[in-house]
Amino acid sequence: MSFSIAHILFICFGLFVLGASGFLIRKNAISMLICLELMLNAVNISLVAFGRMHGNESGHALYFLVITVAACETAIALAIILNLFRLRRSIRLDDATVLKG
Amino acid sequence: MEASSSISIEMIHWLAALVVLLPLFGSTIWFWAKKYLGEKWVGVLGTASVAIPFIAVCVLFFELNEPILVNFFSWITIDGKSLVDFSFRLDPLSLMLGLIVTGVGSLIHIYSSGYMHGDEGFGRFFSYLNLFVFSMMMLIWSDSLPAIFLGWEGVGLCSYLLISFWFKEEANASAGKKAFIVNRIGDFGFLIAMFCLYKAFGQLSVQEILAALKSSSLSPEQLELTSWACLGLVLGAAGKSAQIPLFVWLPDAMAGPTPVSALIHAATMVTAGVYLACRLQPLFILNAGSLEILAYIGAATAFFAATVAVFQNDIKKVLAYSTISQLGYMFMAVGLMAPTAAYFHLITHAFFKALLFLGAGSVIHGLHHEQDMTKMGGLRKKMPITFWTMTIGVLAIAGIPPLSGFVSKDAVMSVAKDSDRALIIFFAFATSFLTAFYMGRLWVMTFFGKFRGHHEAHESPAPMTFVLIVLAGLSVVGGLINWPHFLGGGEWLGHYFSKVVTENVSTSEHGLGILIFKVGMAVVALGLAFWKYRNFEGKDFKSSAFEIFRKKYYVDEIYDFVFVRNLRRLGEFQWKIVDQGIIDGLLNGSARWAQNVGERLRRLQTGQTQTYLLLMWLGLIVLLVGTWKGR
Repeated sequence: MSFSIAHILFICFGLFVLGASGFLIRKNAISMLICLELMLNAVNISLVAFGRMHGNESGHALYFLVITVAACETAIALAIILNLFRLRRSIRLDDATVLKG
Repeated sequence: MEASSSISIEMIHWLAALVVLLPLFGSTIWFWAKKYLGEKWVGVLGTASVAIPFIAVCVLFFELNEPILVNFFSWITIDGKSLVDFSFRLDPLSLMLGLIVTGVGSLIHIYSSGYMHGDEGFGRFFSYLNLFVFSMMMLIWSDSLPAIFLGWEGVGLCSYLLISFWFKEEANASAGKKAFIVNRIGDFGFLIAMFCLYKAFGQLSVQEILAALKSSSLSPEQLELTSWACLGLVLGAAGKSAQIPLFVWLPDAMAGPTPVSALIHAATMVTAGVYLACRLQPLFILNAGSLEILAYIGAATAFFAATVAVFQNDIKKVLAYSTISQLGYMFMAVGLMAPTAAYFHLITHAFFKALLFLGAGSVIHGLHHEQDMTKMGGLRKKMPITFWTMTIGVLAIAGIPPLSGFVSKDAVMSVAKDSDRALIIFFAFATSFLTAFYMGRLWVMTFFGKFRGHHEAHESPAPMTFVLIVLAGLSVVGGLINWPHFLGGGEWLGHYFSKVVTENVSTSEHGLGILIFKVGMAVVALGLAFWKYRNFEGKDFKSSAFEIFRKKYYVDEIYDFVFVRNLRRLGEFQWKIVDQGIIDGLLNGSARWAQNVGERLRRLQTGQTQTYLLLMWLGLIVLLVGTWKGR
């Protein structure tokens, strides 16, 4: 059985919407971070799929780039969350509203 | 023109530059240097920075036989052509007044070093005086109208600074402001005249304008412009020389230190209007009407100021009104086409009025700043030098022969008599009588009778009495420069000026009768004053009919009612309605509107990251749908 590009994009879309809605709904910062990774990886899958469709490796190269950036970003985000916890004794983002106008 | 002078052209340049630069340089120094040099050296050096220019002017005066234009550099250039040159015109008119300004100026600097002794503003005072001499020399020597205007404004500024010299008292500060503002009205006239002359001739150099007047026949349009220029100049001269209707500042100007009153408000600055009218005489001759205006303004001012002077009790106020009155004489003479007589009176007046003011200053100094004549009296014995020099001044201004005032006033009166204008003749002769009377009154009230004051009087220090003696000498012999023919003289000044001014040739005979009448009038007036005031006990003319003179014809009150209050009302309207209401209202309104909008938009910022994200995605969806639809 072979997958058409459309099938894969549907899966990607599903994953992305899952991540996006999780990011909007969850209050826990760690959960939101996981949802963020979900969205990134949905895009990664679509990148690899496009690369295969065109028969070249540019999609794969982009995948590596994204995964590297995502790793850095996660490291920074975790550091921020750690500091937030030290300050507030909680990692609920509802509590972090200092910038309220 | 170089051929006729025995000194080289470079030498003339250097001397002329020295005359203006030294006082200017001095004015930047004394106000801070007193701390380091001490009063004595500031006094000596401050005097030197005017006395050295005096020597330079003397050299120029004796060595130059022909009028000469000393050009330094071009100030304003338009279209490659120099419009305003920084140049001096050295001719009999400017050299003569230059001598007076630096000469009398030096004497008054010496006097000031005694008078201002111990004042905390000693250095500042000498700075201002030096700056005044610089401005005055610019005013009288410059050839270009804007450069003259620079001096014109400069002397106005110095006048302001020196009137309000003791600015810690409100009255002095507001007297300075009054002088400055009233002079601005005159300056407006000067500016208008300058614009008109530029429009008519395309030049601003006095020499070139006068040459253009002489050489070419003028178009009607140019003629009209010159008549407006003349009216502007009359206004300007009336402002600077304290004539009707702008004389109100001069009596108030007496708030300044007395040497200032002597130098600026009697001898030099106030004669600038007379000087300007002489300098631009061809322009006035072209417009006979403006000459008439000058003559009538002068005669009326002379008379009205003299009537006021009779009823003043402040010694300096008497002298101030006397100055206004004498300046009126000069204006009258200029208006009747007799600039030599005007100039002659200007010179002798500079001597004897400076002497009178400095004598009054000496009295004030001796009585510890008492200026009220009703609190003086009997000072004859206590201040002998002041008494004798003042006596010479009083006799000179009253017109007792052979003192200088007699000959110069006689020249002015002859001019008035020749004019065949009944009103002017009446004003001239009545003023002469009143002058002798109020000067006699001042003299008797100050020096005769019983001492009515509280402080112990003392004679003034040597620098002051020395200057009084020198000026008294000048007041005696000053008449010699234009000693009239009928008394066996040569009328040197008339010959000296004959190249630069046009004279209305006198036709009438100088009979012995009229001479005796004039002298007799002065003697009678002095005698009347002596008889009335010799035992003065605080009683004066009591009748309420004289109230109008005592109140100075209510001119200040009328101006206050007509101009000052309405201007203030206009100012308050502009302030409260236009500025605070409309302009501030618009600004504050827009600020308040922005604040209200901001207050509402503020709520959008929840601080919740997820709200922002939701909105972002909604926006993204809108954009995506939009592009999809648009395809």
